[in-house]
Amino acid sequence: MPDTLVQPVRFGSNSGQPVTRRDGIAKVTGAATFAADNQPAGLLHAVYLPATIARGRVTHLDVAAAEAHPGVVQIITPADRPPLDGDPSAKPTPFSFRIDVLQDDTVRYAGQPIALVLGETLEAATEGARLLAPRYAAETARTALDDETPFAFEPAGFGLPAGAEHGDVAGGHAAATQAVDVTYETAAQYHNAMETHAVVAAWEGDHLTLDMPSQALAMSCGAYAYFFGIPAENVTLRSPYLGGGFGSKAFTTGPQVLAILAARMTGRPVKLSLTRQQMFGPVGHRGATRQRLRLGADVAAALTVIDHESIAATSSFDDFVEPAANASQGLYSAQALRAAHRAVRLDVGTPGPMRAPGEASGSAALECAMDELAQEAGIDPLEFRLRNYAETEPGTGKPYSSKALRQCYDQAAERFGWAGRPLAPRQMRDEAGLLVGWGMGTALFPAPMFAAEARATLRPDGSALVETSAADMGQGAWTALAQIAADSLGLPLDRVEFRAGHSDLPDAGVAGGSGHTATAGTALHAAGGDVIRQLGEIAAADEASPLHGAGNAGFVARDGRLCVAGDEERSEAFADILARAGGAALIGNGSGSRAPEDAERWAMNAHGAVFAEVKVDPDLCQMRVTRLVGAFAAGRIINPKLAESQLMGGMIWGTSFALHEEARHDRHTGRIVNADFAGYHIAVNADVQGLEVITVHEDDPHVNALGIKGVGEIGVTGTVGAIANAIWHATGTRVRRFPIRVRDLLEAGSPVG
Amino acid sequence: MKRFDYIRPASIDEALAAWNPGAAWLGGGTNLVDLMKTGAVQPDTVIDVTRLPGLDRIEWGADGSLRIGAMVRNADLADDPEVARRLPMVAEALLAGASGQLRNAATVGGNLMQHTRCNYFETPQAACNRRDPGTGCDARDGENANLAVLGWSEACIATNPSDFCVPLAALDAVVEVQGPEGKREIAIADFHSLPGDTPERRTALEPGELILAVRLPAAAADFAGHARYLKVRERTSYAFALVSAAAALRMEGDRIAEARLALGAVAAKPWRVAEAEALLAGQAPDPHLFARAAGAALTGAAPSGDNSWKIDLARRTAARALAMAATGAPARMPALPASPFGEPAGDHVHA
Ligand SMILES: Cc1cc2nc3c(=O)[nH]c(=O)nc-3n(C[C@H](O)[C@H](O)[C@H](O)COP(=O)(O)OP(=O)(O)OC[C@H]3O[C@@H](n4cnc5c(N)ncnc54)[C@H](O)[C@@H]3O)c2cc1C
Ligand code: SF4
Repeated sequence: MPDTLVQPVRFGSNSGQPVTRRDGIAKVTGAATFAADNQPAGLLHAVYLPATIARGRVTHLDVAAAEAHPGVVQIITPADRPPLDGDPSAKPTPFSFRIDVLQDDTVRYAGQPIALVLGETLEAATEGARLLAPRYAAETARTALDDETPFAFEPAGFGLPAGAEHGDVAGGHAAATQAVDVTYETAAQYHNAMETHAVVAAWEGDHLTLDMPSQALAMSCGAYAYFFGIPAENVTLRSPYLGGGFGSKAFTTGPQVLAILAARMTGRPVKLSLTRQQMFGPVGHRGATRQRLRLGADVAAALTVIDHESIAATSSFDDFVEPAANASQGLYSAQALRAAHRAVRLDVGTPGPMRAPGEASGSAALECAMDELAQEAGIDPLEFRLRNYAETEPGTGKPYSSKALRQCYDQAAERFGWAGRPLAPRQMRDEAGLLVGWGMGTALFPAPMFAAEARATLRPDGSALVETSAADMGQGAWTALAQIAADSLGLPLDRVEFRAGHSDLPDAGVAGGSGHTATAGTALHAAGGDVIRQLGEIAAADEASPLHGAGNAGFVARDGRLCVAGDEERSEAFADILARAGGAALIGNGSGSRAPEDAERWAMNAHGAVFAEVKVDPDLCQMRVTRLVGAFAAGRIINPKLAESQLMGGMIWGTSFALHEEARHDRHTGRIVNADFAGYHIAVNADVQGLEVITVHEDDPHVNALGIKGVGEIGVTGTVGAIANAIWHATGTRVRRFPIRVRDLLEAGSPVG
Repeated sequence: MKRFDYIRPASIDEALAAWNPGAAWLGGGTNLVDLMKTGAVQPDTVIDVTRLPGLDRIEWGADGSLRIGAMVRNADLADDPEVARRLPMVAEALLAGASGQLRNAATVGGNLMQHTRCNYFETPQAACNRRDPGTGCDARDGENANLAVLGWSEACIATNPSDFCVPLAALDAVVEVQGPEGKREIAIADFHSLPGDTPERRTALEPGELILAVRLPAAAADFAGHARYLKVRERTSYAFALVSAAAALRMEGDRIAEARLALGAVAAKPWRVAEAEALLAGQAPDPHLFARAAGAALTGAAPSGDNSWKIDLARRTAARALAMAATGAPARMPALPASPFGEPAGDHVHA
């Protein structure tokens, strides 16, 4: 498997250029090796049996029948599962979940592994699992938000979000001359990356090698090491390519631990790859929410209060509460703000972060509630948002590190043609008689940074190798990070070899939170800078160099040459400097993180505005999003082509959220009845008609040295509300649940014709 | 999946001889193989009939009738220009189904025989009278929002999900089959069965009988100018119908001489009501007339669960399909076939 890609790339293409992804050819030709493509000699195939009930106990497994099946090598059940060194109910890292690895016979959600079958072939293992024919003592499952009583909790970092309260909330309610009190529901959604979770695990003594898609390589190594009682450096994790992750591949999962255990038991490499159906259970999802929003405004349509309470589903045995209410903090300039979360324990797999966790569901409800209040106040929804534009962060009063949201509103509204939109619903039709509606929403996503390290090596020939364990989930890290690295070294992109996706490399942190480019990019930038600094010292001290003695002026690196700052005629090629210095390579290191005082001082977010047009058949109530225009301000854009496709992807995701995605449970067994792509809908090509993305440049000196925010998740926010608001505008029917279905409009009594 | 013997006979006689009570015919496999994977269907023998000679032809008779071999792929049939011209709603229904890849694989015989999409049928752990007679019906008190509102029984509330079969029903197709007892013909109206007390008997096909072809009478082409298929679904493409309707009118001047109307996804078979069609005959096209006919087509409809909304939707869909048929079949296939968003005709099919 190639750890690096040496693809021909366009010359001179660094930051700001729309470079085509460097891994594109490898992917479309099949040369890219994904985890499950690995076939080491002696491979065993592991298949786990998923529970088909959500609550109860397994009372019988027909192990004999499964063992008798030709090709079945071994069955592992709770009765004979060898011990693990780490406790599956513990959380070895701050970002972990309790996992199900056959620790006992209880079933806590449908899809939970209840046995593991090893076979010489995938087919044998699959049939072995079927032959286990489990019997259960089942209890009625709790899978709907009303099936249990909501509880409040103490905030505890990851998974148990803190709420917030700023200003006089009761006073805000009292001061309102117009108000809405509305409750929205969002359905459980399952992230289904094209590549399902997989692992090929191989042991050599107490050294473990994992081919596994991972959004967080170093953290994963630590967690797997914990379960198997070995030092983290004994785990090698290779994850050169991921077929998507969306948050679900940042964590240790039960099925993957079981495969590793099986490899240790048998002394043979073991492969386990989830089926599409198995994605609905043990690998996280976005929990269902019910959100009550009470908004008030005064006579001037200035918000007096945003009061947002959310109830979210979590599992019966672990905590991940979708932090939906926090999405209404930090966006509009209300005098008083409140965000409160409660949770409901259901018999579902533990939810987890799924693309824009909290922001997606929270924004959906908030943007609809804003629309409802604008309607109440008789004001254009965009005008209403502009009247409540926050110049400093609401509640805290912190300045924004940068905020070009006004430009986003202006440019997107202009491109969309928002002016002249009738205020009242059901006013517009197209030539075919379809109802037409326009809606909008504001997008917001924080611009966090985590911690990353990187190494840059300037080779004697003047080319460079840069290394960091970054994860390319398909978003384009292979390309955008290489562009940053090339710039930091003053080299054209094709002179830079970029290595990532391997745990032996310097830790690039987690690809999540839309902070990967900012974090790993900053580390790469620093590593390249370190090399150039060292090179400058050598040149300045070298009497034979034209740069001799120019150290005080400082140097810049450009196109493979070191130049005197301010006098770029005076320069020398990297290779020449190195040759005279003995011909050895130069190695530089860098790290990326944000100083805590910067994080304290500034409110840092990416912002955007999304405008949607929908058409609705007046009789049949079928809906279609016919146009989406989004303008986003996310700091400096490293690669416009990749960034725009991330933003488009987010907006398409928002379309799925608004109209399609919903896991439906059988109310007795708790089983998800639409756990495949025929039943679990996401938008298809025909659902995406006009889609336009505008990026608004921001110079942000505070977020990080490169001025980078993130683009991975923000596109989901704003979009969901914009679409729902457009549906209201088209039909006059306000549907307060997601996804919005044909029957919702029909049952609301949409009049014929 | 359970181990099975795979047989690929070279002739129809060989195929029929290979049949045994645990066998299943294999067409494109897009439905059968999925169900074998879940374990809902567990044949001992799979007889691949896709290479049988002579079953992959689309043949027009001298009298204008059409004979479609059972192995013709859904995509080939939909893309046949003559089929699109003479039987536009058949092509439209096919293009509204599944996806391009699935239509390339799916056969005519397999489409006719496709199983319900009731999830409890597909899941062997669930109680299902259709799959395992006498075990009960978990759908009755389960996720049934898209199940039947017509013709269902206490034993089973499943629907037939096929799009293709809806215009076939409207146009009086005939299914040619051959079995141990020889050849026979089954009218499409008698082909799919309502569940009654025996939901496991989903079609009139006897054990060991193989579909050879589907025939459409010459008269089916009389509706060419005014025939539409309309499918309401939760996404613009690649989704099973919530409700669908095939409507065809034979116009004489500005009067409807003869009408055909069949509904899909509302019952275990395509739903056709003679009274609704009779209402239309001799009348001038008119929205009120269409609404009355649609109402008549839904006579006897009743929710089988959380699905009374489908009755309303089916009525609206039927009325609209009739109105679209009255407007006339488009000269070219709409960009989104059978979709409320299909108009105006675009330049390429996008389904
Ligand atoms: C994701 C997905 C989406 C879909 N969406 C739609 C949709 O929107 N609309 C729609 O109409 N359909 C849809 N389908 C269903 C699709 O149309 C059927 O799967 C297909 O038509 C079956 O044809 P096949 O040749 O693959 O049949 P197979 O899977 O090979 O067989 C299906 C059944 O027919 C039997 N059979 C096959 N050939 C014969 C024969 N000659 N004689 C007797 N019995 C035979 C088999 O034994 C089996 O019971 C969808 C399917 C999938 C997987
Ligand atoms: S509706 Fe019919 S197919 Fe579905 S579970 Fe009931 S008996 Fe089975």
